[in-house]
Amino acid sequence: MARINMVQAINLALRQEMDKDKDVVLIGEDVGRDGGVFRISEGLMEKFPDRVFDTPLAESGIIGTAIGMAVYGLKPVAEIQFMGFIYAGIEQLFSHASRIRSRSRGRYTCPLVVRTPYGLGIKPPELHSESTEALLCHMPGIKVVVPSSPYNAKGLLISAIRDPDPVIFLEPTRLYRLIKEEVPETDYTIPIGKAKVVQEGKDITVIAWGSMLHKVLESIEGFDAEVIDLMTLRPYDEETILNSVKKTGRVIIAQEATRNCGFAAELSAFIAEEAMLHLKAPIIRLTGLDAVIPMARLEDYYAPSKEKVIKALKKVMEY
Amino acid sequence: MPENIIERFEVKELKILDEKGNADAAILPNLSDNDLKKIFELFILSRQFDQRALQLHAEGRLGTYASILGQEASQIGSAYALEKTDWVFPSFREMGVYITLGYPIWMLFQYWTGDERGMKTPDDLSIFPVSVPVGTHMIHAVGAAFAAKIKGHKTASVAYFGDGGSSKGDFHESLNIAGVYKLPVVFICQNNQWAISLPREKQTAAKTIAQKAYSYGFEGIQVDGNDVFAVYKATKDALEKARAGKGPTLIECFTYRMADHTTADDASRYRSKEDVEKWKDKDPLLRLKLYMEKKGIWKEQYENDVKKKVIEFVDGEIKKEEAAGLPDKKDIISFTYKELSQRQIKELKLWQE
Repeated sequence: MARINMVQAINLALRQEMDKDKDVVLIGEDVGRDGGVFRISEGLMEKFPDRVFDTPLAESGIIGTAIGMAVYGLKPVAEIQFMGFIYAGIEQLFSHASRIRSRSRGRYTCPLVVRTPYGLGIKPPELHSESTEALLCHMPGIKVVVPSSPYNAKGLLISAIRDPDPVIFLEPTRLYRLIKEEVPETDYTIPIGKAKVVQEGKDITVIAWGSMLHKVLESIEGFDAEVIDLMTLRPYDEETILNSVKKTGRVIIAQEATRNCGFAAELSAFIAEEAMLHLKAPIIRLTGLDAVIPMARLEDYYAPSKEKVIKALKKVMEY
Repeated sequence: MPENIIERFEVKELKILDEKGNADAAILPNLSDNDLKKIFELFILSRQFDQRALQLHAEGRLGTYASILGQEASQIGSAYALEKTDWVFPSFREMGVYITLGYPIWMLFQYWTGDERGMKTPDDLSIFPVSVPVGTHMIHAVGAAFAAKIKGHKTASVAYFGDGGSSKGDFHESLNIAGVYKLPVVFICQNNQWAISLPREKQTAAKTIAQKAYSYGFEGIQVDGNDVFAVYKATKDALEKARAGKGPTLIECFTYRMADHTTADDASRYRSKEDVEKWKDKDPLLRLKLYMEKKGIWKEQYENDVKKKVIEFVDGEIKKEEAAGLPDKKDIISFTYKELSQRQIKELKLWQE
């Protein structure tokens, strides 16, 4: 078992699934000869020359092509180069991928994966650091997955490729090369729709996903906090959340994205509806600012900082 | 350095059968008398379906419906050229295509009453459900053609859309990707001159829609969309080319939408009666009938017999649809994902309480 980063883990998942299943194909901008701008698909065109395709620069066309491939019987994995560019393909996701099963009453299905780097952390030009996961989570019929480590990136991506429904796989760019951990060469999966309690505790439930999970883990020293890595945002694991909240009675939800209608709002409303009487303190949402994501110089001020997480932990313990 | 011409293109127009029922024997496609009768009967069936759908709508028994009147040659002619193995991606005004491919008529009525079950394509057909957002489905035909190519199948894909759809960015992305990968796909544009209230000349400044194909590196052709032979021949040729690995084709069927955009529209607000009148002489069924009469295979009695049979058949299909009853409300939830989510399980339980 080798210690590898998330880029290598995703590459490994793709390589193994393509080896195992001839119906898995990769399409996207620069995914072939160049191996993708983050080198996620490095070496895959050499190994699978008939199943990796550099497409013209057309995000809607890439997702739409993947839909046609998926309904025909392939399992396409489409890369959108950065999450900000998925907006051009939202119509294909919302008007078609999400509802082909329903529209045809199960006659046609759309088992595709759309992978895209997302979130802050690499100080790129505008629209390369978006975190609009909540927008995608609003549409029934698609699934939204966010890995937080090399190990779960591999296991979740394999599950996403094998899933019978469309899955959007959001890869936190900050984490691509930040962490190395042992990732088995073996074929393992992490189920979609299940959260994981990454640290047990009894006073506070902290829910996070992607790169915010690491900021939370860096901040909890001195608190008896239970940390949940949500991993799947749609459909999210209501049971794991409720079990924890009923135990601790205090909740912090941490997201990088802007506050208004963010995914933390959904979780907060859900907890209030289902576990209000177990709460000892108001639910705290830690979120990005009510502003568009800034470019490099101001990037560090946007998402909740470690200090803000600690402040929230202290505040919630005052009750 | 002098200026040089580095690219030229020419756009062909194909017409075989004129308004008087005279056909150009030199380019007439190979269709037997039996084929001609089948095509004629599909015209009668499609018109009867269309008319009954409009009537049922007027009676409040069917939802908003998009009539195909005037476009039958474009739809039947092209669909008649398809093989069972080909994949078809229609828009919402293609009931003639569904009918020609043998889609159960009662299910089409079921769909238009507002019931998704009507779009559960029978297993022996590869036609897609109606696509509502204009032009956004062409790319699915491209993806399916791409998949067929990867899998080494001799299958072609066909996308149906209109002059309105050709203005969308999706049209560009679809034709561009199809051209780059030389995919086995046929783009069939039914240029019916109107996108709700917008006339064709406001849709594009180009002289034809067919010529746009040349920007993507493949051929486009304009055919008389009210000439069933021209549409059939162009489609058959394009499908053969596609299956031979020679890439995509754009076929512009030059036709006319004789009815309102849908039952929710009133075309008299934006186009004149005279404009519509002019196209009555160009009726696609009339010229087929005249041709068949000259060949001695159409007689009034034959048409009356066909009509009688078709009227009875369609009425039977309406009864069959009614007998199918209402869908289970659980269907709203059941087809969202393969498995139910935790939330959906709760929602179903709430219904049971």
